[in-house]
Amino acid sequence: MMSNQDDHNPPVVIELAGVEKSFGRQKVLRGVNLQVREGRTLVIVGASGQGKSVIIKHMLGLVRPDQGEVKVFGRDINRLNRKQKDEVRENFGVLFQNAALFDSLNVYDNVALPLRERTRLNEDEVREGVMAKLGLMGLQEAINKFPAQLSGGMRKRVGLARALMLQPKIVFFDEPTTGLDAHKSNELYRLFYRTQQQLGYTAVIVSHDVPKIFKLADEVALLAEGQIQGCMSPEDFQLSEQPTIRAFVEETMGHLYSSDREENGLYAQV
Amino acid sequence: MYLLLEKIGSGTLEFLETSGRMGMFLMRALTSMFQMPFKVNPVVRQVHFIGARSAFVILFTGLFTGMVLGLQGYYTLRKFGSEGFLGSAVALSLIRELGPVLTALMVIGRAGSAICAEVGIMRNSEQIDALECMAVDPFRFLIAPKLLAGIIAMPLLTAIFDVIGILGGYLVGTGLFGINPGAYFQGMYTSVVWADVEMGLVKSLVFGLLMVWIAACKGFYLHMERSGGFGAEGVSRTTTDAVVLSSVSVLVWDYLISALLL
Repeated sequence: MMSNQDDHNPPVVIELAGVEKSFGRQKVLRGVNLQVREGRTLVIVGASGQGKSVIIKHMLGLVRPDQGEVKVFGRDINRLNRKQKDEVRENFGVLFQNAALFDSLNVYDNVALPLRERTRLNEDEVREGVMAKLGLMGLQEAINKFPAQLSGGMRKRVGLARALMLQPKIVFFDEPTTGLDAHKSNELYRLFYRTQQQLGYTAVIVSHDVPKIFKLADEVALLAEGQIQGCMSPEDFQLSEQPTIRAFVEETMGHLYSSDREENGLYAQV
Repeated sequence: MYLLLEKIGSGTLEFLETSGRMGMFLMRALTSMFQMPFKVNPVVRQVHFIGARSAFVILFTGLFTGMVLGLQGYYTLRKFGSEGFLGSAVALSLIRELGPVLTALMVIGRAGSAICAEVGIMRNSEQIDALECMAVDPFRFLIAPKLLAGIIAMPLLTAIFDVIGILGGYLVGTGLFGINPGAYFQGMYTSVVWADVEMGLVKSLVFGLLMVWIAACKGFYLHMERSGGFGAEGVSRTTTDAVVLSSVSVLVWDYLISALLL
């Protein structure tokens, strides 16, 4: 999504400052500094196992940093009590890596859950809201199915419908297209684009679907060696001279720029 | 020497950590039971799962326990020429001890393991994280109905176990050994007092709480297990731990409650 000319620097909604985190003896984050701006789409890229999802978990307040602070709407989320934390989280929608649907509930009940638990709508109003969201995702046929009966792509769409149920201000996507084929991931990207146009939410996406994901990004941040190596527009990112970013770009998109001879060599090996 | 000290230290730390976590879990689960709005449906569903669906197993084990008590009791009592006390012997041992304990052990095997595995898989597949991110309290939504259902279902199952067991003893006593049916029930009627029933009730309430507490807590904090709580193996190991720990706790608490109430 492109930001308007007149608001080049919208306010910061999430800010990570000097966040460090270890799991056991393994140090995953070594001082992460990152800002998410309102209405923008931030994409965090990096090799697998670098802790990209851990960053999202910090933003959601699910994981406590060993050092540093995580501010959401200007409040340190780890200093809030449970009630205040819930108030902050009411602005969140999350699409988890495997969609994290409740497998004891069918599609309809999964999507209805946020409405039933967090609002005082009656069942008719809940049905109206749920059917509208499911319609948007093209899932009207599947309402009585259970998560186990759904394909990976459908599960993600149900997860997205559930995440968007309460008109969140910030939506987090943890590897939204992992395990989907090219067609299915394009479909999900289209849904993402369309819903963001409609609802105008801020998005934080963790992905390694490079370069496709760049089309959606306003800003791209690279996580490597436990730190954010740079955060910039996708165009700048691809042309960056910063060695780590350049190495990442060459590694993941190298074949786009490599000469024919190299390409032939590559295929000859395969 | 150094290694030994290290092991003792880390073992102690782990023990303290786990106990603290379990204590906090119980407090939060208990307080969330009383949070408004109270929803009846999830509790009914859990009572159905823990209670109704265990009923057949309980009927079966209750019947055979009563029958074997009748058999063994008869041989022992005959040595003292007091076969007439068979009714009271069967009833007292069932109501005070065997009913609550065996019911708890059976339900732990059937429902406790299932609760632990279910909650553990929910933790593993980020479903609990999803609840928290939706600002839905997982304790109120997930744990409280199970805890309440455990406390409701366990005494009911114990009551079924007791009744069926007494009937089993009756069948063996009168059918096999020709004991007077009237004497069987009369003996029971005169020797069983309210305090015995009360003891059985207290035990089954405590066991119901213990089972759900340990099973749900183990599953809920699966990711914090030191031995590694990831994946299918983590779930299976934690479920085994939960079943063993809750079975042992049932026996320990059985002794403590008996000692306190006697």
